Amino acid sequence: MTRNLGATELAAVRADFPLLERTVRDGRPLVYLDSAATAQKPEVVIAAEQDFYRHHNAAVHRGAHQLAEEATDLFERARSRVAGLVGADPDELVWTGNATAAVNLLTHAFGHATAGRGGAAARRFALAPGDEVVVTEAEHHANLVPWQELCARTGATLRWLPLGDDGRILTERLDDIVTDRCRLLAFTHASNVTGAITPVAPFVARAREVGALTVLDACQSVPNLPVDLHALGVDFAAFSGHKMLGPTGVGALFGRRELLEALPPANFGGLMVEVVTMESATYTMPPQRFEAGTQMVAQAVGMGAAAEYLRELGMDAVAAHETLLTEQLLAGIAELDGVRVIGPTTPDERLAVVSFVVDGVHAHDVGQLLDDAGVAVRVGHHCAQPLHRRFGVAASTRASAAVYTSESDVEVFLEVLGRVRSFFGQSDRSVAVR
Amino acid sequence: MTTSAMEQLYQQVILDHARAPHGRGLTPAPSSAVVGESFAVNPTCGDEVRLRVALRPGDGRRVVDSVCWEGQGCSISQASVSVMTDLVSGEGVEAVDEWIERFRALMHARGAGLDPELHESLGDAAAFAGVAKYPARVKCALLGWMALRDALDKAGAQQEEEQ
Repeated sequence: MTRNLGATELAAVRADFPLLERTVRDGRPLVYLDSAATAQKPEVVIAAEQDFYRHHNAAVHRGAHQLAEEATDLFERARSRVAGLVGADPDELVWTGNATAAVNLLTHAFGHATAGRGGAAARRFALAPGDEVVVTEAEHHANLVPWQELCARTGATLRWLPLGDDGRILTERLDDIVTDRCRLLAFTHASNVTGAITPVAPFVARAREVGALTVLDACQSVPNLPVDLHALGVDFAAFSGHKMLGPTGVGALFGRRELLEALPPANFGGLMVEVVTMESATYTMPPQRFEAGTQMVAQAVGMGAAAEYLRELGMDAVAAHETLLTEQLLAGIAELDGVRVIGPTTPDERLAVVSFVVDGVHAHDVGQLLDDAGVAVRVGHHCAQPLHRRFGVAASTRASAAVYTSESDVEVFLEVLGRVRSFFGQSDRSVAVR
Repeated sequence: MTTSAMEQLYQQVILDHARAPHGRGLTPAPSSAVVGESFAVNPTCGDEVRLRVALRPGDGRRVVDSVCWEGQGCSISQASVSVMTDLVSGEGVEAVDEWIERFRALMHARGAGLDPELHESLGDAAAFAGVAKYPARVKCALLGWMALRDALDKAGAQQEEEQ
């Protein structure tokens, strides 16, 4: 049986996150349910970043002094830790500014390949009119807009897999939408709106059948689920540090080794070159080939500490804990009149990321009342306008949990949510205000 | 009983206007009127308003004859454009410019309020004073007013073209 976090262990986890102790809005305890936007940071992450600046700060991969050695070791150890967490080899992991930057790096590299850069080996990444790039209607703008741009630059056609009424991608449409014209299939591992987890296997199988590359948006899955990129068999993946308890300013692009070796670089300058003359340059091996300029070393070290923290807790235990919260959220919302979940209403194959609309009350107003009670949620379209359009709404309210979220957090949230309609509704306001 | 922060923010006049907003629905303006139209969005939440202002024929076309609009949004944005519709209809363009500036000042007062006289002069729009304490909501309250500003500019430009 999967190990869960016990009450004592959860209390210990919560004590690791200093920010959770603070109060908001006139002394109310913070109930943080916006972890899908960005997660709070455990002390070990904050300490790792600070320790780097206090004791080891130096330029990495150059300089022969002791500090440079220490900084390089910490930087590369962080890479190994993050790679280890997601089932990748360290040299398959490229540091990027965030997940959006990782997807953009890919689209730029494909663009360069299309322009003939990278030689014969890179031809597999070149796109031409008649080629197709397939995404899904569930995508965050970060895994949609860069592909739109790439298609506009290369003449390739963008297509997408639609969503069913339960918010899940219609996997049964794979065969007719992913055809032998498809060169690339980019899809989310777990939606940041619906929380639905994508069954990766049929996507990878279909892409291989038609000879297309796969790109996985793993931003929401890496912080909340066991992820093994090798076992999933995807070609590329992107995720960010700040959603997995790490610092902002750092993310990662995973690429299978043989693909990174063939992929032309996207950013150019120092540290990614071998021999530079006035006329031209040759480029070094991955992952450094994609890491031009001074890197976000302290943040990478912090992301490494976050990966280690999650590994020690065990991603199975993290996922099991969050499944209990999913059940509690869905059951509690189901009891409320006039609240409609956007996404699966059963807890299987979904994250504790629950978006919903309240009849007659705009998401901003829902969020305002929750905020007044100390509950932090996300309101708006969550950078997924097409998904919201699919469900006929401009905005929704989203509650999202992380490993440190407690049952009592969810209880407070549900209690306040239960008062929203009467506050904005027609009747007795006195019951609605504290 | 002290009023809660939420009651201060969501004044009854705001909830009333949000429930039954004034001026909603784009109606055709008289052909003799100078018309300006604007579309404004709040990119953080996707709220939007399409607003049409008609300047009254005669009076040198310097009087707002009517404002109508369509849109979707939170109670603050919907109530704000509704209250605005009431306040500016029949007013001179210069007076409306002042209304817009006063309301903008109120929204940027971070909840400190304006001097009492100015506050008084805002009429029902003063009910939005509490919004300024919540920076994320200021754009909601300003959405319709900024659309009106833009629509008036367009009406003015059209008028110049005609002359």
